[in-house]
Amino acid sequence: MLKYNLLQHTWIKTLTTNRWPLLIARAVALGGFVFAILAGIIGTPVGNHNFAIVAVWIAWWAALMLVIVPFLGRSWCAVCPIPMPGEWLQNGAVLGPIQDKNKRKKFRRFPKIFRNIWLQNVAFTLLALFSAVILTRPSVTAWVLLGMILIAAGLSLVYERRAFCRHLCPVGGFIGLYSQLAPVELRVIDTQVCKAHTEKSCYQGSENGFGCPWNIYPGGMISGKSVNTNCGLCMECLRTCDYDNIALNLRAFGADIQPQNKIKLDEAYKAFIMLGSALVYSAVMLGPWGSLKNAAYQVGTLPWFGYAVALLAFTWVLLPVSFYLITQIANRLNPTSQSPRQNFEAYASALLPLGLAAWVAFSFSFVFANISYLWPVLSDPFGWGWNLFQTAGVAWTPIFSSQVPALQVLVLIGGLIWSGNTTQKIAIDRNASRQTWPVMAFIFAVTLLLIWLFVA
Amino acid sequence: MKKEILARLVVLVLVSGMGLSALVFRIGDNSGIVEVHAAMPEKGGWLTDSIEAQVGEPLVLSLVSDDVVHSFALGQSDFEPVDVLPGVPTEITLTFDEPGPYTFYCTRWCGADHWRMRGTITVTGDEPFSKDLPDPPLYLQLGIDIDDPHENHDLVLDEQPSALRGSVLGLTTPSEFLTQAYYRSHSPHQVWDELRKVPSTSELSESQIWDVVAWVWAQNTNSTKLAEGEALYQRDCAACHGVDGDGEGIFGAEEISGDGTPHEAGFDGHTIEAPTSFQDAGQMLTASPALLQGKIIRGGMGTGMPSWGLIYTEEQTWNLVDYLWTFQFQKSQE
Repeated sequence: MLKYNLLQHTWIKTLTTNRWPLLIARAVALGGFVFAILAGIIGTPVGNHNFAIVAVWIAWWAALMLVIVPFLGRSWCAVCPIPMPGEWLQNGAVLGPIQDKNKRKKFRRFPKIFRNIWLQNVAFTLLALFSAVILTRPSVTAWVLLGMILIAAGLSLVYERRAFCRHLCPVGGFIGLYSQLAPVELRVIDTQVCKAHTEKSCYQGSENGFGCPWNIYPGGMISGKSVNTNCGLCMECLRTCDYDNIALNLRAFGADIQPQNKIKLDEAYKAFIMLGSALVYSAVMLGPWGSLKNAAYQVGTLPWFGYAVALLAFTWVLLPVSFYLITQIANRLNPTSQSPRQNFEAYASALLPLGLAAWVAFSFSFVFANISYLWPVLSDPFGWGWNLFQTAGVAWTPIFSSQVPALQVLVLIGGLIWSGNTTQKIAIDRNASRQTWPVMAFIFAVTLLLIWLFVA
Repeated sequence: MKKEILARLVVLVLVSGMGLSALVFRIGDNSGIVEVHAAMPEKGGWLTDSIEAQVGEPLVLSLVSDDVVHSFALGQSDFEPVDVLPGVPTEITLTFDEPGPYTFYCTRWCGADHWRMRGTITVTGDEPFSKDLPDPPLYLQLGIDIDDPHENHDLVLDEQPSALRGSVLGLTTPSEFLTQAYYRSHSPHQVWDELRKVPSTSELSESQIWDVVAWVWAQNTNSTKLAEGEALYQRDCAACHGVDGDGEGIFGAEEISGDGTPHEAGFDGHTIEAPTSFQDAGQMLTASPALLQGKIIRGGMGTGMPSWGLIYTEEQTWNLVDYLWTFQFQKSQE
């Protein structure tokens, strides 16, 4: 498959291996993060006039779902401010290693039972249950952000590397999974070099840098065999590799979604949680059902408990169980030696394109409607009557309102075709092409439901 | 190590720079503008609800709502109410000529307890507040106990009295019936009783005498007064008493359960009572304008009816009283 190593360009290589550009980007991101927390706590409680809500849930979310994840994969994780304080405390440095690697403090490994993304699935679901409040109340957003940064720092002081990002971050879980679709990857150039290199400095660290903060062995990141899920694109391995054996490749979209790259059960569940929550969010935030919206907002009341139970049942039980039954039917149609769980996991990866398309389409609806809140908020981030950039008076103006439904349908159809194509590849790979149809029917039904929610 | 120290400094500046700058800017702001936040009363109402000002010195207020749209109005003044928008500060400047307490209040129906959204601007000057009591309002001069039951539920009219019909009966109404003092101190029912005793009405039916009463009431007001009374009613009263005066305003209904039982209001053991229906003849035709004036000025004392004495001028109160009778009497043609 065609790849293009961006590190051939000296300026890109300098930009990625030199520690200063990334450090400044991280510090700016952390500064913005702290500013958002401050605005959330002491600024106006009116969400659409508070920097915390507009910058985080409109501007950042738009950038993340419409640009970063689809095109740049996990690159947000490289500058994400949440793990930064903890990582700096863990390393005893903010720039690069200042101690010999053998003298660096040793930290515990994360408990084996949690070395997966189940905790991330739970964390995302918890946020989803309270999302109507988190997305609209600046103070709640601020405390959630502060809580995340404190938890990440606490974990960094006990467990090695980025335990929070790998196993607990509610956002990292889906960014990682959907980054399989992105057209960028970090991979080794020559696997033989890595095999012969006994120091494994990319994992163990060296005087040039820290061992992979993401706790993966970069030497094992092989094009066509490995996936992006756990690589945070922090570029640390570029600095520690003694043989300049790492490439930053441009590649085809979705290059990781190959039949041989199966996803695990926790990741399969993440796919259902994301797809299910996109459906539920669309119904709550875009649908005409006032009582559903009220239930989602009235946290702690009986209607909210009903909403919570419905969301949990839909995302954790109904969707996965339906899909499990579909894969069982597919296996009846065209039997293979695969176990039911293997069938379930294999075909679940086909839901990734549709899941990302659903989130892109959902994001269109509120990002274009609300992005104009950004200009007043930049001038008056706390809602205190400032007018720093003379944009405080810019009126709320939805953009592309008439084009959004068409865009959403186009994106969803794109996701449908991509997921269908992936399904077909998986079925053909196991010599069971007739298995395609039940899975395709499921994907088609979910797409129709999404289109109905967005457009009807 | 030098690079690390430099990096730490860069991080410190970039991370804390924006937040610290904002805080310093905020703390150092000594423009003298008083920030007033508005929230639904259940969430705090006006914050702050007590402001001090000096006679003749401009008081600049920055008004901002923390939830829904509110409005800032100043009682007993000609200040035009301004909307208080969520998250968008609005600056207003007030200058007071006289010392004294001024009540500010919300005129937007922001929630069931909207009427509790009030605050006070205490204006002081070289001269102390006047300790002379103003003339007592008419209901006090007349010694009316506004809590005494006055209604007569047996009073039911076949048709709504009409000032127009009353005017064409050709009756020569004795002049004492037409004075403002008489009108304000008597209920329509009392006037009806008095008219019944006048020999010239002996030929009139009961409903015709009610038409004459309506005509008497019409003589004591005019379209300008009624228009102002209507504007006040629709802004301040209709939320509970209903746009049509039927006692079924949106907030009144919220406080009263389907079977008419008032809900516990949750403060001082008082209960909310169902708002009066101004369409109820038994209630209205047995009340004098002075009695209604008293109820408006003092309020219901725990029933849910707020006090408007500090907000309306005397003229506004009478205009509102005049308007309330339009729910009983057909308006005469001008």
